[in-house]
Amino acid sequence: MMGLPMMTILIFLPLAAAIVVAAIDRKKTGALYGVGLAGSLAALALAAVVFVRFDPDQAALQFVERMAWIPSAGVSYHIGVDGISLPLVMLTAVIMPLALLSAWGSIAERIKEFVFSMLVLETALLGTFLAADLVLFYVFWEAVLIPMYFIIGLWGGPRRSYAAVKFILYTMTGSALMLVAIITLYLHSGPSLGARTFDLAQLRQLRVAMPLQAWLFGAFALAFAIKVPVWPLHTWLPDAHVEAPTAGSVVLAAVLLKMGTYGFLRFLLPLFPQATLQFAPLLSALAILGIIYGGIVSWAQPDVKRLVAMSSVSHLGLVTLGVFVMTVPAMQGSLLQMVNHGISTGGLFLIVGVLYDRTHSRLLGDYGGVAALMPRLAPLALIVVLSSLALPGTNGFVGEFLILLGTFRANPVYAALATSGVILSAVYLLWMYQRVMQGPVAVKERARMTDLTRREQWLFIPLIALIFWIGVYPSPLLRRSEASVRALVQDVRERGNAAHLASHESRVTSHDR
Amino acid sequence: MVLEVIVALPLAGWLINGLAGGRLPRGVVGAIGCGTVGAACAASVMAAGDPAVAGGGLTATLFTWLSAGEFTVSAGLFMDRLSALMALVVTGVGFLIHVYSIGYMADDPAYARYFAYLNLFVASMLLLVLGGNLLVLFVGWELVGLCSYLLIGFWFDRERAASSGRKAFIVNRIGDAGFLLGILLLATTAGNLQFDRLAAASGGMAPGLLTAATLLLFAGATGKSAQLPLYVWLPDAMEGPTPVSALIHAATMVTAGVYMIARLHPLFLHAGYTLSVVAAVGAVTAFFAATVALVEWDLKRVLAYSTISQLGYMFLAMGVVMMPAGMFHLTTHAFFKALLFLAAGSVMHAMRGVVDMRRLGGLAGPMRWTAAGFAVGGLALAGVPPFAGFFSKDLILEGAFEWAQRGGAMLVWIAGLATAFVTAVYVTRAMMLTFAGPAADPGHPHEAPAVMGLPMAVLAALSFGGGLLGARVAGEPLLRYLEPFFVDSAIGVLKDRPMPAAGVITALPVAVSLAGILAGFALYRDRREVTLGALGRFLSHQWYIETLYDAVIVTPAKRLAHLLADVVETRGIDGAVNGVGALVGRAGLAVRGLQTGFVRNYAAAILAGTILMLGYWLFR
Repeated sequence: MMGLPMMTILIFLPLAAAIVVAAIDRKKTGALYGVGLAGSLAALALAAVVFVRFDPDQAALQFVERMAWIPSAGVSYHIGVDGISLPLVMLTAVIMPLALLSAWGSIAERIKEFVFSMLVLETALLGTFLAADLVLFYVFWEAVLIPMYFIIGLWGGPRRSYAAVKFILYTMTGSALMLVAIITLYLHSGPSLGARTFDLAQLRQLRVAMPLQAWLFGAFALAFAIKVPVWPLHTWLPDAHVEAPTAGSVVLAAVLLKMGTYGFLRFLLPLFPQATLQFAPLLSALAILGIIYGGIVSWAQPDVKRLVAMSSVSHLGLVTLGVFVMTVPAMQGSLLQMVNHGISTGGLFLIVGVLYDRTHSRLLGDYGGVAALMPRLAPLALIVVLSSLALPGTNGFVGEFLILLGTFRANPVYAALATSGVILSAVYLLWMYQRVMQGPVAVKERARMTDLTRREQWLFIPLIALIFWIGVYPSPLLRRSEASVRALVQDVRERGNAAHLASHESRVTSHDR
Repeated sequence: MVLEVIVALPLAGWLINGLAGGRLPRGVVGAIGCGTVGAACAASVMAAGDPAVAGGGLTATLFTWLSAGEFTVSAGLFMDRLSALMALVVTGVGFLIHVYSIGYMADDPAYARYFAYLNLFVASMLLLVLGGNLLVLFVGWELVGLCSYLLIGFWFDRERAASSGRKAFIVNRIGDAGFLLGILLLATTAGNLQFDRLAAASGGMAPGLLTAATLLLFAGATGKSAQLPLYVWLPDAMEGPTPVSALIHAATMVTAGVYMIARLHPLFLHAGYTLSVVAAVGAVTAFFAATVALVEWDLKRVLAYSTISQLGYMFLAMGVVMMPAGMFHLTTHAFFKALLFLAAGSVMHAMRGVVDMRRLGGLAGPMRWTAAGFAVGGLALAGVPPFAGFFSKDLILEGAFEWAQRGGAMLVWIAGLATAFVTAVYVTRAMMLTFAGPAADPGHPHEAPAVMGLPMAVLAALSFGGGLLGARVAGEPLLRYLEPFFVDSAIGVLKDRPMPAAGVITALPVAVSLAGILAGFALYRDRREVTLGALGRFLSHQWYIETLYDAVIVTPAKRLAHLLADVVETRGIDGAVNGVGALVGRAGLAVRGLQTGFVRNYAAAILAGTILMLGYWLFR
């Protein structure tokens, strides 16, 4: 078993399932979904093995696989997992089977293409989180866009093509600049490292001088910030969510947005430590603006899906803040909160999907009193809502508390401002819960509001289990991220400050000359 | 082990009734609901008898809950004298109210859900009072808030119930945001959230930081314990079933803020003027809420404002460093206010939910036992000797008087005394309007069944005799019991109290209470509506505080939300994005003319480009 290329198998297992799906007769709905589910569940099982075998005390990449890919250009197939990518790999592996299961019965057209797209998407996502070479990362990063474009554009709502085009143009704009920055780094790596390379570990040794480092930082930061999305680059998100089918929204919110925050941690911070320290106040300020703005705007949304989408802007603002205050608890909290947001917001979109399948409406005004008609859904929905508003005992609290703790240590004012998110999330989420679930029954066609089917119940049971598990006993996750996070924080602080001093000295000497 | 069992029992009740209660017969659901709390009460008695409780405290560390960087918090439970008292009040009064609920909720279709929520509440409240560190306390603190939300909105198909539950949650969250910041401040400066470590660190902390931290924690207490300025949710919380009002919104949850100050009293004592703020807020709230109770027509809302007012007394006691008296009043109040609410529930049970006192009256005849129970509770509330409330309230006022003599504000004592008078008036008014005079309802009100009557009887006995816990004639057993816990705070006050000089001070509140009862009796003897003119309007609008909040906070916040969502978001930010998109599109249109498709044009362009580049290379 040890000799097997575990990570490669993990990444390409869904793709293999996709190829099998391509060979199945398109009329065999059960077989299509069955193979899709089996493929994603197999990936989950493998990810679980990795999780158990992962050595929490090691900060560096584990399960490393490395081969030359395009040696002449310094490109290698270099993958591996550490405490920063492990939570996101687990999240992806948990969410994909649920997303597929949510589509079973909901998406009835072009099922073959749909399952195929979802599996390709999973491979691209896993690759994005596991790549340790910039070209390999970029290939996976861009590969995510293609299946997602089709998922929104083919199975989406009435304005799906507008949303899909907006999604792809917006994110491509950022990615294009990132590609320029990657190539610039590559060109710079030759003189100082001996040979040009795209390898992340080697590029981390590179000391890019300051004005250029700031530009490269800006290019990477923009690509990632659009993906998160950091305020005010967020307007593609509500449109994409509103038009995407449930499964698409779930994956988009739960996993795709984390590509941005993961990118911050994996690439932005270690490659540009000096610029990171310099621009951290700016990004923190935008993050706080996002927390407050997203929270307030969510409250005034008449459309449930748009409400949940805007809440992501607020929640991911907190995650972003946790990244840039550069303390160990905040960064660990951020990583955990990426997972938590995937669980809770994924769950919220599943709830919206369950309701939409019955009423074909996303408007709060068309609901009311659903708890009386769907007594099995009501408590499950409430638990997801409570997780999203970070009630102690649920996963959300652990993440939020650690972020706020780490933020407070760095800057109490930031923490005080960010704490307003605690109030705002209660305002808009309980408002949503009341409008949909409580009050007198206001749904027009009562007969359609049948309670959860067995399949639908199984969408929520794993999420609820995770909500309580992480809320009560988060140690298995926190322990695995600690070493890598500690090393990263230390590295950024040391090299960021040292580089700062060095450039300061060189400026002084050049002035003297 | 016993501590885990105390919390686990009601938690198990919640799980069983929550998951399977719908399929169980009602008798079993009720038995599980009551049985688990009763057993938790027995376990609490056992635990409280453990010699460790009287010593350094009984601890149980379960596992490491949070660990990030150097910061570690364990999931641990802890019982010392203070939490033993709280656990006994919570499980004892809780058990009685669970039993009462069997009768009160007998006809409700969501019987199992009710008991599941109630058990979850008891478990959360026990976590709050038995939490071994500040963060576990906070978990319980927020979870009782959740249960309060769930139970206020228990009849969720009523829009008002759902809205009131949401309001309670949000107002509490506002306070809790402050509480959370206080925790963060303490965690950052003290590095640890264990109670003993915090107490030890408090002496060495900068007074400014400590003042800020304790004020932030107190902000949380004004939410949870419904003090000014965050009291607004509690009157609306009366939408919930009445036993819930008795248990959560009178006897236990709302006293969490008082418990928190007692638990962290070393911090508050070292924190400059925080305790003066606590005393002032308590005194003003006590007086304000009592005056509003004077004009309310809704029986339950009278009791709600009364609770706010009595909680004000408890905070007043904490603020004037008469902390054992505050805990004593917390205990007696749990008895007599639970009794008053259960009696009110008995009235509602008989009158099919009517709570408007203008539509009540003459119930003393058909509901003799309920009327007697209400009277006992009312006398205790009014502070008439020898009922329980007299002893505890008296001790608080004494403390306030001494505090003034030691340099505190005399106004706090005056406010306390004035509140005592108003309290006696409003409780007499409620008594007269509900039970005296001719029957207002032609129906046939009936006395409650025994399952509701017995808990009321027990509470009546406690409201009558509970004062002995702190009475001088009985040797002040409760105060003596708590003394070692407050050893560095109130012991001096307790020991050196000048007994004879306090004679007049002791007599004054009694005189004031009796005068209040007489005034109330004179005013409401024939159940007339007493209008107080402009003052009455002021009072019946609750001093216009909520009107102010609506005008200054709620409405502007809603407007801002719509401004951001409908204008800034769509036309501003997204408008800019689409504008850039349109600009690129238009630029594309503009240069599209260059793509002629004729090879000669492209060739000419290539030639021109080559010449330009050559020129650049040659002449640069």
